[in-house]
Amino acid sequence: MNTILFIIQKEFIQVFRNRMMLPIIFVVPFVQLLILVHAATFEMKNIKVSVIDLDMSSSSRKMISKFQGSPFFIIKNTSFSDKEAQQEMKKGNVDMILHIPYGFERKLVKENSAKVQVVINAINGASAGLISAYSMMIILDFNRELLVDFLSPATLASTQNINVTTSYWYNPKLNYKTYMVPGILCLLVTIIAFLLSGMNIVREKEIGTIEQINVTPIRKVQFIAGKLLPFWIIALFELAFGLIIGKLLFSIPIIGSLWLIFLSAAVYIFVILGFGLLISTMTNTQQQSMLVSFFFMVIFILMSGLFTSIESMPVWAQNLDRINPIAYFIRIMRMVMLKGSNFYDIQESFYSLVVYALAIISFAVWRYRKVT
Amino acid sequence: MNDNIITVKNLVKKFGHFVANDHLNFEVRKSEIFGFLGANGAGKTTAIRILCGLSYPTSGEVKVGGFDIYNQRNQIKRNIGYMSQKFSLYDDLTVYENIRFYAGIYGLGRKEITTKAAMLIKRLDLEVARDKLIRDIPQGWKQKLAFSVAIIHDPKIVFLDEPTGGVDPITRRQFWNLIYEAARDGITVFVTTHYMDEAEYCDRVTIMVDGKIAALDTPSALKKTYDAANMNDVFLKLARAKPVA
Repeated sequence: MNTILFIIQKEFIQVFRNRMMLPIIFVVPFVQLLILVHAATFEMKNIKVSVIDLDMSSSSRKMISKFQGSPFFIIKNTSFSDKEAQQEMKKGNVDMILHIPYGFERKLVKENSAKVQVVINAINGASAGLISAYSMMIILDFNRELLVDFLSPATLASTQNINVTTSYWYNPKLNYKTYMVPGILCLLVTIIAFLLSGMNIVREKEIGTIEQINVTPIRKVQFIAGKLLPFWIIALFELAFGLIIGKLLFSIPIIGSLWLIFLSAAVYIFVILGFGLLISTMTNTQQQSMLVSFFFMVIFILMSGLFTSIESMPVWAQNLDRINPIAYFIRIMRMVMLKGSNFYDIQESFYSLVVYALAIISFAVWRYRKVT
Repeated sequence: MNDNIITVKNLVKKFGHFVANDHLNFEVRKSEIFGFLGANGAGKTTAIRILCGLSYPTSGEVKVGGFDIYNQRNQIKRNIGYMSQKFSLYDDLTVYENIRFYAGIYGLGRKEITTKAAMLIKRLDLEVARDKLIRDIPQGWKQKLAFSVAIIHDPKIVFLDEPTGGVDPITRRQFWNLIYEAARDGITVFVTTHYMDEAEYCDRVTIMVDGKIAALDTPSALKKTYDAANMNDVFLKLARAKPVA
């Protein structure tokens, strides 16, 4: 036990003597939360529209002004030529073309129905869906006003007898930041823990001190415990720091128990540290370790459900995601922070992490060789 | 037989087809300074790593401090010290922190460490450098400190793998004084080197050529046998006996 304390003491001295370390611990969370949370958003604002109004009637102008009035759309240019509008879209100057055909108003009045065409740049499928949904809302709104204008109150009442009210649970204002912050916090903790542990033992290999340790009677378990505990403490501290920033700057809700958040984090960080350690034992230079860590980190993050929902991934990918520790932790963090889930609700993910932590650390200890 | 602290019988170590140690046989006596000489690549480091329990032999029988290399590694490790040619102190820790750390992982108590560290720093004249980072002190100091750290737990045997590489003659002299002191305290010293003048300081030397032991005796006996004025000539005669490929 005493031996472990000497290793912990040494690791702490080394971490804090490294001039890059304090900025990383304190600045990275700020930057990540301030920039990523605001930048990595799916909300669409400033959708650029090219309008082709061949009707030039009061109804068409009314529809255009509805788009203009929406916070989501900006009318970038107007023309009478399809070709010109398409050219603009090719150049990337507009995201959407609103085409109002000749005779739009006449048809509306005479035939009670008319068509407009909406052309959307769908290179990014997700944002195309959003643009389509937003335009639908505006056109529906336009429709409703038409009904009020043209129909008698009696008919109006009979046409609108089904009323759908939507209420958004757990994030009533549909605030994107609320959704992003727990995930970004997970990333923060993950990156710190992964890099610290991944670079550590391999660094001792590079400078040769590992030999000196290997000739001592120290046990593998003692050595690895002494190595991991300091990083575990730093990562937990990092989470606490991130939560405080999130609370103060974004007023993110923390509905569930803080104890549950930290309990899950405590287990999760061991998984990540075990992963880093495993990479550290399998590589010979810090550069190799960096590349391997980076490879796993990118895949884990992209498949973690942070940006895209796991439920919409193909089934094989969802099964593959069972070995992705970040996915478990992001799920737990969102459930506890936003929904106020209790231990019973998250137990499946929690126990998965426990098993994961035990498995990967045992594997790393087994892989670490004192003798070649 | 009881006086032998290391016994090696038919030690073989192969890396693929390359035979680094080819049937080595030797004994090291208690409290002697045993020199292990040879050109670069002769197999010195391979042998020393096996004796320290850092590497498995391919075959052969090895006993260090009376313990078997295959299944009594931990007892061996408690009784040996090791200083590798690759520098082995932490650059970003101070002199005192390095001593404390290594003493700590050998299981010394806090109080014992404080007194030992103070004694050691005084003996090495390192009082001014006590709280300096290792990266800021001269190479010679580092080497002396590394040696003292390697024997901080009073081992029975200390293995030194080319401890004086890249050091000026004066520091080398001082370093050998430390080795003598350790030997006087009863520590068996097993040292590899390719400086032939250092061979003269040893009680007995082994000369390795191409993975085999070419000669083993006291320096004076070797000089007589090979009719040479100094160890350098002995070595050259032995090395030339085998044509270099």
